[in-house]
Amino acid sequence: MNFSPNLERAGTMTQAKITASGVQVYYGDNHAIKDVDVTILDRTVTAFIGPSGCGKSTFLRCLNRMNDTIASCRVEGAILLDGEDIYDRRVDPVQLRAKVGMVFQKPNPFPKSIYDNVAYGPRIHGMSRSKAELDEIVEKALRSAALWDEVKDRLAAPGTGLSGGQQQRLCIARAVATAPEVLLMDEPCSALDPIATAQIEELIDELRQNFSVVIVTHSMQQAARVSQKTAFFHLGNLVEFGETAQIFTNPIDPRTESYISGRIG
Amino acid sequence: MTAKSSLLVQDKRTAQRNAAERRFIWYGKAAIAVSLAALVLLLVSIFGNGLSSYRQTFLTLTVELPEAKLDKSGVRDPAVMSKVTTIGYAPLLTNALIAKMEELGIEKTLSDKDLADIISKEAPATLRNIVLADPSLIGGTITLPVLASGRIDGFFKGRVSMESAALDNNTSPEALVIAQQLSDAGVLTTRFNWGFLTAPDASDQRPEAAGLGVAILGSLYMMIVVLALALPIAVAASIYLEEFAPKNRWTDLIEVNIANLAAVPSIVYGILGLAIFINFGHLNQSSPLVGGLVLSLMTLPRIIIPARAALKSVPPSIRDAALGVGASKMQSVFHHVLPLAAPGILTGVIIGLAQALGETAPLLLIGMVAFVRDYPAAFPDSSHIFGDPATALPVQVYNWTQRADPAFVERASGAIIALLIFLMAMNLVAILLRRRFERRW
Repeated sequence: MNFSPNLERAGTMTQAKITASGVQVYYGDNHAIKDVDVTILDRTVTAFIGPSGCGKSTFLRCLNRMNDTIASCRVEGAILLDGEDIYDRRVDPVQLRAKVGMVFQKPNPFPKSIYDNVAYGPRIHGMSRSKAELDEIVEKALRSAALWDEVKDRLAAPGTGLSGGQQQRLCIARAVATAPEVLLMDEPCSALDPIATAQIEELIDELRQNFSVVIVTHSMQQAARVSQKTAFFHLGNLVEFGETAQIFTNPIDPRTESYISGRIG
Repeated sequence: MTAKSSLLVQDKRTAQRNAAERRFIWYGKAAIAVSLAALVLLLVSIFGNGLSSYRQTFLTLTVELPEAKLDKSGVRDPAVMSKVTTIGYAPLLTNALIAKMEELGIEKTLSDKDLADIISKEAPATLRNIVLADPSLIGGTITLPVLASGRIDGFFKGRVSMESAALDNNTSPEALVIAQQLSDAGVLTTRFNWGFLTAPDASDQRPEAAGLGVAILGSLYMMIVVLALALPIAVAASIYLEEFAPKNRWTDLIEVNIANLAAVPSIVYGILGLAIFINFGHLNQSSPLVGGLVLSLMTLPRIIIPARAALKSVPPSIRDAALGVGASKMQSVFHHVLPLAAPGILTGVIIGLAQALGETAPLLLIGMVAFVRDYPAAFPDSSHIFGDPATALPVQVYNWTQRADPAFVERASGAIIALLIFLMAMNLVAILLRRRFERRW
């Protein structure tokens, strides 16, 4: 699939952040991801769509090696972050995850204060030398997650006491605080109401200024709203990958068209 | 056509379901009532029998300490003086009692020998210890409370009556009459008995002197050993098995075996301890160290199982969240999972410790049932910590229930009360700790 002409038309000269080629994922004997090639660009929102069980979350979790925690999971092929193979034996997944942050489907703040939730990552990575510096990082992260104004007076309050949408933004702030280069979001709005969803989507658009964002979503409208690139997965195959506008208006593959028009999925 | 049903009338199925629910609630209430009744019965019986052991009958006597009897040499050297045994001190107490009776005008209806039975056989030893500790007392007089004998004590606690005394070789109705008169005169009083908590065990003939001092120390030392060994080992094992270990045939085997070990009868651990720690390891028998090691082995699986359950119940999303921000596996466990599992782990620890505290069978096999008069030191000069012989609270209860003198029934119940209080103190500490860990969000 050649999409570079599109890019040139858009006039954005962004470079590849993550390049995946020939990725295969197995859960035991189950071949979950079949030969996927994807290029994720810097400072771009890439959406993964597809019916349930199509492997989009599995593939997302390959990008920061969260699949390592599943014993039966096996990944083949190459995934390069800035040209370095993240599955190289010398790579420590812990170091990788500091660069590739993740936001999960269900808001999962730590049962600690709002401040400690955001400060946890910077603390374990030794990103601040003083309390003032840490305060600054926390404030910046909360601001970039559009949560600062709502919580600045109660940073010591428990993170689990926030509303669902606020909790998810807290999780985003927590992920942003470690200054990642890529932010993976696994259906970040599936547990949220429409208003909270709108806030998160707005946020994703802002985050694009600084990060490369990869979002898995069930909602095609959401993919259309927030992303510049869309990848359609079906039964473990990457069916189609291209400009979001093109995927939604003029899909090449008939399966993509059927999914978008609601005939499968 | 079926008739249209009304919501105002319960149909048959609904009525049946409601009746079943009501029946179940009644079963539950009945079950709770039965267990509460059993608990109340237990407490009433134990406290009814045992509380009296915390009170003891004392005689206040003024004893003359003649030099001619106690230190013929006159050098006041304790080494020389210790040649006078308790037999030498006993007549002094009898004389003091006779003098007191004359002073009060109580009729002496008994021979000197029978009169001596009013005073505990422990009393001469007490007096001797006082004199040896302070030889300057010799030649003067000393007023001190001495234990009354078990039968006299029993008379004031309602255990001994005139009828039973008539059939008893160790006392007589006349002795009880004299005791009553002494009590009326205020010479013989019943008061709180610290000795029950601090004194060591005493022989069959002197239940009035028997105390729990050695047993309490022994139990305390054993709990320290169990806490120091079983807690860290069990928590480390459960964290490793739950969070780090690969899931394969070996870990399955280990898991099954831990579950089996928790079900092994405790006396088997006693045999194991006897074979390994005493016969093979040559540790002192009857020592709290060996007892603690045996109880640790027994407690380990009983802590590991609830600790693993507590770790397992921490939602996986917390682990994902920690890994997602770049925490290492160990950081995610120690910063996030363990604090959330701590209350559950503590509950397991306290249940394990409580079982260890109340365990008798394995201790019998490693010799902690021995009659021990000397207090065990925490750090004996010999070789190892907690190596002195001692006994333990539940073993002491077992021991006392074996003895012939009915006064030991009261002692055994009293020891159970002490055991329960020990247990409640431990639980209280655990609850306070859990409060600290269990931050409510």
